[in-house]
Amino acid sequence: MKSAVIVFPGSNRERDMLYALEKTTGHKAIAVWHQETSLPEVDLIVLPGGFSFGDYLRTGAIAGLSPIMSAVKEKAAQGVRVLGVCNGFQILAETGLLPGILLRNAHLKFVCKEVKLEVASAASDFTSRYTRGQIIRCPVAHHDGNYFADDATLEQLEAEDRIAFRYTAETNPNGSIRNIAGILNEKRNVLGMMPHPENLIEPAQGGTDGRGIFESVLEAIA
Amino acid sequence: MIRNDIDITPELIAEHGLKPDEYQRILDLIGREPTFTELGIFSAMWNEHCSYKSSKKWLRTLPTKGPRVIQGPGENAGVVDIDDGDVIVFKMESHNHPSFISPYEGAATGVGGILRDVFTMGARPVAAMNALRFGAPENERTRHIVSGVVEGIGGYGNCFGVPTIGGEVNFDARYNANCLVNAFAAGLAKADGIFLSEAKGVGLPIVYLGSKTGRDGIHGATMASAEFDDDSEEKRPTVQIGDPFSEKLLLEACLELMASGAVIAIQDMGAAGLTCSAVEMGAKGNLGVRLDLDKVPCREDGMSAYEMMLSESQERMLMVLKPEMEAEASAIFRKWDLDFAVVGETTDDLRFRVFRHNDLMADLPIKELGDEAPEYDRPWVPSKPQTELKASDVPAPASLGDTLVAMLGLPDMCSRRWVWEQYDNLVQGNTLAGPGGDAAVIRVNDKGKGLAFSLDVTPRYCEADPVEGGKQAVAECWRNITAVGAEPLAATDNLNFGNPEKPEIMGQFVGCIQGIGEACLALDMPIVSGNVSLYNETNGQAILPTPAIGGVGLLPDVFTRAGKAIQTEGETLILIGARKGHLGQSIYVRDIVKKPAGTPPPVDLQVERRNGDFVRSLIRGGRVSAVHDISDGGLLVAVAEMTISGDIGATITPDPGLPLHAWAFGEDQACYVLSVPTGQVDSLISDADKANVPAKVIGKTGGRDLTVEGEAPISLERLSNAHEGWLPQFMAAPETH
Repeated sequence: MKSAVIVFPGSNRERDMLYALEKTTGHKAIAVWHQETSLPEVDLIVLPGGFSFGDYLRTGAIAGLSPIMSAVKEKAAQGVRVLGVCNGFQILAETGLLPGILLRNAHLKFVCKEVKLEVASAASDFTSRYTRGQIIRCPVAHHDGNYFADDATLEQLEAEDRIAFRYTAETNPNGSIRNIAGILNEKRNVLGMMPHPENLIEPAQGGTDGRGIFESVLEAIA
Repeated sequence: MIRNDIDITPELIAEHGLKPDEYQRILDLIGREPTFTELGIFSAMWNEHCSYKSSKKWLRTLPTKGPRVIQGPGENAGVVDIDDGDVIVFKMESHNHPSFISPYEGAATGVGGILRDVFTMGARPVAAMNALRFGAPENERTRHIVSGVVEGIGGYGNCFGVPTIGGEVNFDARYNANCLVNAFAAGLAKADGIFLSEAKGVGLPIVYLGSKTGRDGIHGATMASAEFDDDSEEKRPTVQIGDPFSEKLLLEACLELMASGAVIAIQDMGAAGLTCSAVEMGAKGNLGVRLDLDKVPCREDGMSAYEMMLSESQERMLMVLKPEMEAEASAIFRKWDLDFAVVGETTDDLRFRVFRHNDLMADLPIKELGDEAPEYDRPWVPSKPQTELKASDVPAPASLGDTLVAMLGLPDMCSRRWVWEQYDNLVQGNTLAGPGGDAAVIRVNDKGKGLAFSLDVTPRYCEADPVEGGKQAVAECWRNITAVGAEPLAATDNLNFGNPEKPEIMGQFVGCIQGIGEACLALDMPIVSGNVSLYNETNGQAILPTPAIGGVGLLPDVFTRAGKAIQTEGETLILIGARKGHLGQSIYVRDIVKKPAGTPPPVDLQVERRNGDFVRSLIRGGRVSAVHDISDGGLLVAVAEMTISGDIGATITPDPGLPLHAWAFGEDQACYVLSVPTGQVDSLISDADKANVPAKVIGKTGGRDLTVEGEAPISLERLSNAHEGWLPQFMAAPETH
């Protein structure tokens, strides 16, 4: 399996992601600097967590304009899988690859804790190794993870089974509408999620619930 | 722009924090009146913060060497060998004064400064902690300061991408007008990849890297060397503004540049900015330095030499580079969108020369700027000894259970979850035990090697008896690291005190240093770096003496370690260590009886070591499933914390030889509570006997209550609610200020 992790100035979980990809798929991923204008042939493109450009204008706003993002959009349109985690999700929302936005957490504070996620859809290349309704553990670490979209968009997401993960009601850490933690695009090849599956892939990290995402992709390309 | 040749009046000298005899020293040294810029440079180099003039004499007495110490105090951070060619680089530093004036920015730049100290040496930061002391909860400013400081620490560390994995939080009225923010950082490097500040070679380019220079933080170090008064609010412009995004870029650019082989010497611009860094690089290398300030990237126009030399703008570095690699180095910094400018060169004449608009603004002897700084042997008096407090003179509680519940919810005892959930404690994916345990644990590689970290001091002990308090701070840190199964290697210290010109404050300092030194020696935990923060005083009221100790320990195999959470029902609880039920200076007498008195618990360093080594051997042998040391609040609080963490209850039996409240809440040192599979109890007790370590069965795990035999059971839910409730409720109350 070939994967590329896009590195923006201010990315800070790109090393976590590179490590997780290697540990879960057995293949080293490549890091691609944001000023590149093209991407190699890969099975998976990952936009990692962090504070790209300091999140100074609005989360993901400046990164969304980086040269590499044209190539990411092109690949996404061709059907290449794109995973955006945390800041990566914010960038995907900012570029319109996914609908809705990530607002400041409802309690206005950064939050780092473990939450429980319900696998709301197992019908994707990112979630097929889970079963629908399965509850998994996963850490979150963000300041702006409060997902919001208008009613029409939300209805469409529900109708098209595009909500991949929901926080269980009692662990929603940020006030996200309908407890949404991760969503898919229409073609189901782009997933954005706030929680960090890459930080829960080994027993040493306290659990392996996050592996399913990477193993699902691995299975999809097999 | 202020002229460089203005009259140097006694008022101007005083405003620069220089005493008349110190100014005379300057005149004697340079043989003429200094220019305005030179006066600024002297004030930056000779203030307490940079020169350690009151503390140097005593700091020299601390043990700083050991078989694992690669770099002791004197560089940006200490360096300690952790086997396999790996080293851990760490230090702790205060940002107290700025954090009180501007909590968010003060705390944020404190974190930024300590991270820079670590990566300046070539290490990638892998862990951060912070020791925080705030005023009494009822003080009207406390909530505002807590909120800003915690947000500032998170704001900087989270964005930079270092996990904040531990620390301390205390509340006390003595910190009402002087909060303490001590930031710790540790980084990993290879032993052959360490970079130092000593410049080598004449005529080599001195390069400025990072963010631009602005007018922020001018005289920050001078401010940090003075007492506060009611006008401290007006010192806000002396607080620096942090930019963690730039710092993250600076980290990546510096590590990339270091890997390229272009760097000869590197020094970050911290306190007193360009002045301190340039002088240090030159003086250490026995070289002169010539700076052309016109080349310095500036944030605003028209900055004078004086302002540029004293600015404490953040995220800046100074390097000496191999001239043939200048182009390559510049390309790396352009890639990361950072400023890169050759601002001077090394010379062979040991002069520190500063030019602005081609005018010579300062021309000073570089070695003497540091070496000839005043050094004081300040008069001191030992603290008044306290009389021992007998348990029979301390009222017993009406209800042991209600008192325990009350203690778990005290400001100084409750869970700090509200704080640590605002810190990214997971980034980098190596946090194996985050905040809330005895020591935090990260892994170093995926072969099982790990490191443990803890920050400790008990200021009320230090005030009651500085020598015992100093010993206890080191002992507790050593014990916390031991309690997870790690071998304590070395420590950094952050010594926070009041005005050293007062003999009783100086006496606290001298006493604490003596205790710290004795304990470091006995426990083989040398001090490899540190920081002194004096003048933590407002309107004559000093803080509690607070010498925070930050320790690092090595775990050869992270899979054989322990935590405080009870893992299994039906195990046996064993007490390690002799208990006398020492109530003097305990949380119980301070916060429940509300009559703090007595001597602090004595620390027997030989016993500490013997008991701790035994506990560590049990953990490494996989013979215990949970370990917690006894500290604030005593045995009953320790057991309660073990039950809350593990969500499994316990039943314990009091010691008939001790009054019930002394048994429950006495804060005896060198004691641990272990949870042990019942089948292994006999062999463990017999091994303890052989090692001459007191060990006895005190109870069993299981159920949904904590029960002290003869007392009503207390539900885990009640304990947990009390423990978790106070801080969020306190912080949710509306601000009154």
